[in-house]
Amino acid sequence: MQVPAQFEYERATSVAHAVDLLVKYNGAGRVIAGGHSLIPMMKLRLARPEVLIDINEVGELAGIVRDGDELRIGALVRHNELLDSAEAAQLFPILVDAERVIADPIVRNRGTVGGSLCQADPSEDLSAAFSALRADAVIQGPQIRRTVPIRDFFVGPYETVVGPDELLVELRVPVRPGSGSAFVKVSRRAGDWAVGAVGAAVWLAGDVITEIGIGLSALGAQNFVAVEAEDFLRGRVVSAEAFAEAGRIAAEHCDPPVDQRGPADYKRHLAATLVARSLTLASHRAGREV
Amino acid sequence: MTADGNGSAFGSRIRKEDARFVRGLGKFVDDVVLPGMLHGAMLRSPMAHARIVSVDVSAALAHPRVKTVITGEMLAERGMAWMPTLSYDQQAVLATDKVRFQGQEVAFVVAEDRYAARDALELIDVEYEPLPAVVDAHQALAPDAPVIRDDRPGQQDNHIFDWESGDAQRVAEVFAEADVVVEQDMLYPRVHPAPLETCGIVADMDPVSGRLTVWSTAQAPHAHRSLYAQLTGIPEHRIRVIANDIGGGFGNKVGVYPGYVCAIVASMITQQPVKWIEDRAENLMSTAFARDYHMRGEIAARSDGTILGLRVRVLADHGAFNATAQPSRYPAGFFGVFTGSYDLQAAHCSVTGVYTNKAPGGVAYSCSFRVTEAVYLVERMVDLLACELDMDPAELRMRNLIRPEQFPYDTATGWRYDSGDYPRALAKLLDMAGYHDLRAEQAAKRERGELMGIGLSFFTEAVGAGPRKHLDMYGFGMADGAELRVHPSGTAVLRVSCMSQGQGHETTFAQLVANELGIGVDEVDVVQGDTDHTPFGVGTYGSRSIAVSGAAAVTVARKVREQARLIAAAMLEADPEDLEWGDGRWYVRGVEGAGHTLAEIARAAHADIDLPDGVDGQLAASTVYNPPNLTFPFGAYLCVVDVDPDTGQVTVRRFVAVDDCGVRINPMIVDGQIHRGLADGIGMALMEHIAFDADGNHLGGSFMDYLLPTALECPSWELGETVTPSPHHPVGAKGIGEAATVGSPAAVVNAVMDALRPCGVRHADMPLTPAAVWRAIQGRALRSDLAIR
Ligand SMILES: Cc1cc2nc3c(=O)[nH]c(=O)nc-3n(C[C@H](O)[C@H](O)[C@H](O)COP(=O)(O)OP(=O)(O)OC[C@H]3O[C@@H](n4cnc5c(N)ncnc54)[C@H](O)[C@@H]3O)c2cc1C
Repeated sequence: MQVPAQFEYERATSVAHAVDLLVKYNGAGRVIAGGHSLIPMMKLRLARPEVLIDINEVGELAGIVRDGDELRIGALVRHNELLDSAEAAQLFPILVDAERVIADPIVRNRGTVGGSLCQADPSEDLSAAFSALRADAVIQGPQIRRTVPIRDFFVGPYETVVGPDELLVELRVPVRPGSGSAFVKVSRRAGDWAVGAVGAAVWLAGDVITEIGIGLSALGAQNFVAVEAEDFLRGRVVSAEAFAEAGRIAAEHCDPPVDQRGPADYKRHLAATLVARSLTLASHRAGREV
Repeated sequence: MTADGNGSAFGSRIRKEDARFVRGLGKFVDDVVLPGMLHGAMLRSPMAHARIVSVDVSAALAHPRVKTVITGEMLAERGMAWMPTLSYDQQAVLATDKVRFQGQEVAFVVAEDRYAARDALELIDVEYEPLPAVVDAHQALAPDAPVIRDDRPGQQDNHIFDWESGDAQRVAEVFAEADVVVEQDMLYPRVHPAPLETCGIVADMDPVSGRLTVWSTAQAPHAHRSLYAQLTGIPEHRIRVIANDIGGGFGNKVGVYPGYVCAIVASMITQQPVKWIEDRAENLMSTAFARDYHMRGEIAARSDGTILGLRVRVLADHGAFNATAQPSRYPAGFFGVFTGSYDLQAAHCSVTGVYTNKAPGGVAYSCSFRVTEAVYLVERMVDLLACELDMDPAELRMRNLIRPEQFPYDTATGWRYDSGDYPRALAKLLDMAGYHDLRAEQAAKRERGELMGIGLSFFTEAVGAGPRKHLDMYGFGMADGAELRVHPSGTAVLRVSCMSQGQGHETTFAQLVANELGIGVDEVDVVQGDTDHTPFGVGTYGSRSIAVSGAAAVTVARKVREQARLIAAAMLEADPEDLEWGDGRWYVRGVEGAGHTLAEIARAAHADIDLPDGVDGQLAASTVYNPPNLTFPFGAYLCVVDVDPDTGQVTVRRFVAVDDCGVRINPMIVDGQIHRGLADGIGMALMEHIAFDADGNHLGGSFMDYLLPTALECPSWELGETVTPSPHHPVGAKGIGEAATVGSPAAVVNAVMDALRPCGVRHADMPLTPAAVWRAIQGRALRSDLAIR
């Protein structure tokens, strides 16, 4: 029978209050946002928090706003809000591509951007997407508010730099000219986690790639990124050959887990295929066909 | 309304039960709440095969909200540690000696609430001594394989049965004459019916009256009652089984599960009602699975495409206990219909059943007693033959289909197909699909290196079991009862022994009666699923409701109509022989428009007119219907897919289905059943399966691992129909509950294989996940019964 073990419940009213509660319970408290990852784990008793600290009413964590040359996405933004955001769609189509294939409308109605990143599931699509965009994570602790590049955010599977008394507040995505981005995913069925997924962001000056981000999900890439493939492409002219080579490099450097979604050889092949495809689409969106 | 009763009550697109379902007001077993009700939770084995050294429940018993903990040892003292299965094997209720599959029942906690029950599971200390597990069915009969069923006296290996059908000698002869023989190994993987409502029970033993009342998810309530009586010693007339609304069954809810027995025992011990509701993982891991047939097919033909014979060898993985729910004399179910819809000279199959360290089951998931496996086999073999002969698969099928004038047709394995017009259905399908245009499109795409596939399947089902002389379940002949009572106002109540799990029996059966009696569908209520209020019968599975219970309903309605004739004759002071039935009235021949309606006759029956001798003052009848033969629904399906060669992803672009289920009583319900079955087919062909790792760990224990298809994987279904009425069913109906599940997987797989033909792929087993398709293209197909490595 899937029912959680006993727990206490607290409702936070502000970021400061949430952090106070985390400090008060000294490691025994756990933040709950949409609950779509945490509650299933509690029902299977893989997680047994003594206290749930509900942040769903913390207004400071909500909203998507353009702030100068950054897009700020609150930790409590629901998947569906991001999916429907015209601002995000225009600046970073990769996010909309990704949201369209994350879970199903029921999960997307409640699940949050912050919860997805803090969960740090190796198959989390947004981890790859924000890594490709080179976003920053803003984290609030009892003393300080710090900013961590998303590429330094993930420590390992289900582990991030967010401490037991800290809260992820928002993501800041840099807005720079000449960009294009895309996300492609292969899953066994709509709503299923990725067999493999890749997000790509390119920044072009003419035909030349000035900056590049390639994020991989479910494919066993260190910190969700294909650094070697990025290094290969930076400074090159966009071309089908270069993108295919980047795919090969990414595939070589990832270490896909073997599970019922597929064997390693298939997933490696998928990495190569999806890297090339996402780059092609991203550069198309940046105005350059290959 | 016409004289044969075939009137306006048929054909309407209504559903009586929707009013409560769309409001969320259905009453399912988990909605049953009784005063003082306790809650059960099951402790299950984490291991696939292990000896039980000890079970210590003392800490759990010390939990303040725990009432009792039932162990195998306690059940053994009552002679209830084992229960009989529908295949005359025994299954452990709670393990005493060994655990034999992961998820097997070990102990049952009863507590004041479900949270405490779950908490206490963690307080039970079981010491296991692990044993090697038999996971690969092909290794089950190896000389060094561990013997799983050492509880069975004399059992020295993992062999369950050998069964054969057809004429091996004749097959050898036709194979010797053949120009071509094609051979293929194929697996129909282990899948699960996965009803959205899991199994559950509320058991209430009344210590004063000695009566046991059980609310449960039972597709076969009467059979459950008989088994409970046998197991508990409570006399059958003091047991009442009530199945309220059931949220899907598909064969998963035919048998009795250990959790039901434990809840009953718990209620007997505590003298309080006990509820036990399975969770999703428990349902997927421990209850009746389906299929798991490892098949080798061989098909022989002349070079002109005339199919001569078919030979099949099957290894059937039945899991740790042989609990398949099929007619007793058919250990391989109706797999013997594997010659399908084709006129061929000889056929033979042999099936060997084996034990493995997996959950028991085998016959479920709308399989029509293994007709799914049979149809998949023959339809894949015909496609492989078409490839070998380089013939169009539609043309090859058309050439070999049984012709209409050959019915009734005796198959090479001894089945008598009663009726059909197969070429008409196939021609209609090809026409609806625009087959020639599709082939032209495919040719153009192949030129460009794109992978598009067109898959066909033609199936014949054998359902409506069945004549009781040949067919019984656990000793109960497969007949079903019906009782009909017409009240003085002319409204009627029909009581049937079958039990809907969402198929709309309340509507369809009301239509059957309304049609015979000339009253409104709303004027007939249908009672089902309560053993105190319905006649005995073996229940709903194997597409038997319309074929058997539906016939029973028509039979009682006709009996009542004949009673009404006698009463009407008394009212009209006429000779009953001079009366005719029409337009909902009995009238004196020649004076149409006069006479009496059923309501008038019903009132008179209970009033003061003089009734002839031998005529009761009521309109009521009962019957037990024993069908003279099975019914044989059939259909022709076509699926169009696109395959991405780099990712292996399959997209089902179109699905065209022409079904012939005889006369359609409620076309909307028929369409709904077909839609569901087609989605099943996409599920099985592309994503559903249960694999096990080398230790026997179940790899499909949640809906994250066991994938069911969604609307996004399903195209907009294109349905067509032909109608060849069953010659022996009273209204010519044949049954539709499982047709699409049976027929569709082969069409999808054939389509994918057709798409992959340019890559040199001949066959790959279901499910055709992206990884499986890509691996098939690489020439290194995955085995879908074992963990991917
Ligand atoms: C059926 C299903 C299908 C899914 N499919 C996909 C998929 O295809 N792709 C995909 O990427 N994801 C998928 N998911 C995961 C989904 O995206 C996440 O479950 C969800 O969005 C996590 O967000 P949440 O708000 O629900 O997190 P919660 O469950 O509330 O929390 C998750 C974790 O994050 C912590 N946390 C939450 N917010 C904060 C914060 N602000 N600061 C610090 N810690 C925090 C919690 O303490 C907890 O440890 C699926 C989930 C389900 C249930």
